[in-house]
Amino acid sequence: MDIFYPIQLLADWLTYDVFSIAKKTLLGNAIDFFINDTIKIFLLLVVIIFVVSIIRSFLPPEKIKNILSHKGKYTGNILASFLGIITPFCTCSAIPLFLGFVEAGVPLGVTFSFLVASPMINEIALVMLFGLFGWKVAFIYIVSGLVVAIVSGIIIGKLKVENLVYDFKSKNKAKLGFESLTWEKRITYARGYTFDILKKVWLFIIIGVGIGAWIHGYIPADFIAKYAGGNNWYAVPLAILIGIPLYSNAAGIIPLVSVLTEKGVSMGTTLAFMMAVTGLSLPEFLILKKVMKTKLIIIFAGIVGVGIMCTGYLFNIILK
Amino acid sequence: MVIKILGTGCPNCKKLEANAIEAVKQLNRKDKIIKITDIKEIMDCGVMSLPALVADEKVLSYGIIPSVEDIKKMIANF
Repeated sequence: MDIFYPIQLLADWLTYDVFSIAKKTLLGNAIDFFINDTIKIFLLLVVIIFVVSIIRSFLPPEKIKNILSHKGKYTGNILASFLGIITPFCTCSAIPLFLGFVEAGVPLGVTFSFLVASPMINEIALVMLFGLFGWKVAFIYIVSGLVVAIVSGIIIGKLKVENLVYDFKSKNKAKLGFESLTWEKRITYARGYTFDILKKVWLFIIIGVGIGAWIHGYIPADFIAKYAGGNNWYAVPLAILIGIPLYSNAAGIIPLVSVLTEKGVSMGTTLAFMMAVTGLSLPEFLILKKVMKTKLIIIFAGIVGVGIMCTGYLFNIILK
Repeated sequence: MVIKILGTGCPNCKKLEANAIEAVKQLNRKDKIIKITDIKEIMDCGVMSLPALVADEKVLSYGIIPSVEDIKKMIANF
C-alpha cells in the first residue's frame, strides 16, 4: 500500500468537500495535486532532515577527514562517496573542507569523490524524489550518484593533477578535540537545522509545486514529450546545461521536473537534469577557484558532466 | 579576551557574528570581536566546517550557529 495514501485522502477531502470544487475538472485536479504534493513534501522534509541531522551530529567533517586520511584509493573513493551523502554541503565551507582534506593527506581523487557526492546526494533532493517519484527513483538516484562520485574520483586520482592545487600549508596544526555531544544537544541541533532548511526552501517548494500543479492540470502530455522525450539525442546534454546554474533552487525545480516527467520527459533525462542541478554548481566552481587552477575545475566539471550524461542515456534506454 | 568569528562571509557567518555581539553585550563584557575571512588563518585553527567561534585561540564551536544563550554559557565557562 502507498504510505502516502492518507495524504491523498486529506487532499481529496479538502479539494472536493471543503472547497467544493467539482471532481474531474481541470481546476479540481490542479488544486488536489497541489495540496497533496505540498503536504507530502513538507512532512518528508521535516522527518528526513531531522533524522539526517542527528546522524550528522556524529560525523562532522573534521572526523570524516580523519577517517579518510587512512584510506587508500578505491576504498577511500567508495567511503568518501558514502560519507558525502550525510554531509551537508554549503558553498561557504567548500574551501576549508577541501584544504582540510588535502592537508590531512586524503588523496586528491578521494577528496573529489567526496566533493561530488556531498552536494549531489543531498537530503532535500532525496526528499523531493522520494515524495514525487517514489522510492525506486530515489534509490536509482542514490546509486547512480554514488557511481558517478566514485568513478570521477578514481579518474581524477589517476590523472595526477596535484600540481593544479594551490599550496596552502598552514604552520601550526591545531588539533580539534571532539567533545561528545549529549542527546539533548544533538536534538536541539537537528531541530534548528531542520527549521533553517524549511525557512530557506518553503517558498520555492510552494511556487514549484504551484506551477507543477498548473502544468499537471492544464498542459497536454504530448506537447512536452515531443521536445524532451527519449528519442531526442540532445535532450540529456541540454537538460544538464540548463541544470548547472539552478543549484540553489533545487527545492523548487524538482516538483516542476516531476510534472514534466509525468507529461512525457523520459526518466533518464530527468535524472541527469537533477544530478546537474545538485552536482554541478556554478557558485561552487567559482569558490573553488581560490584553491585550485581553473584547469582542474574544468577537468572536474567535465568528468562529472560526462558521468551524469552516461547516467541519463543509460536510464533512457533501461526505463523505457 | 579576543573572540574570533571564522567565516567566508556567508549569511550563516553573519548570523553567528550578530549572536556573539549580542551575547557579549548581554554579559556586559568588553571582549573584542573580530571577523576572520582569510582562508589561511581559518585553516590555522584546524576548523573545516564554518562558521566557527574561537575564543583566545580555543575553538568553541564549528559548523553550527550557537544561539545567544549558548554563546553566553560558553563565554562564562571559558
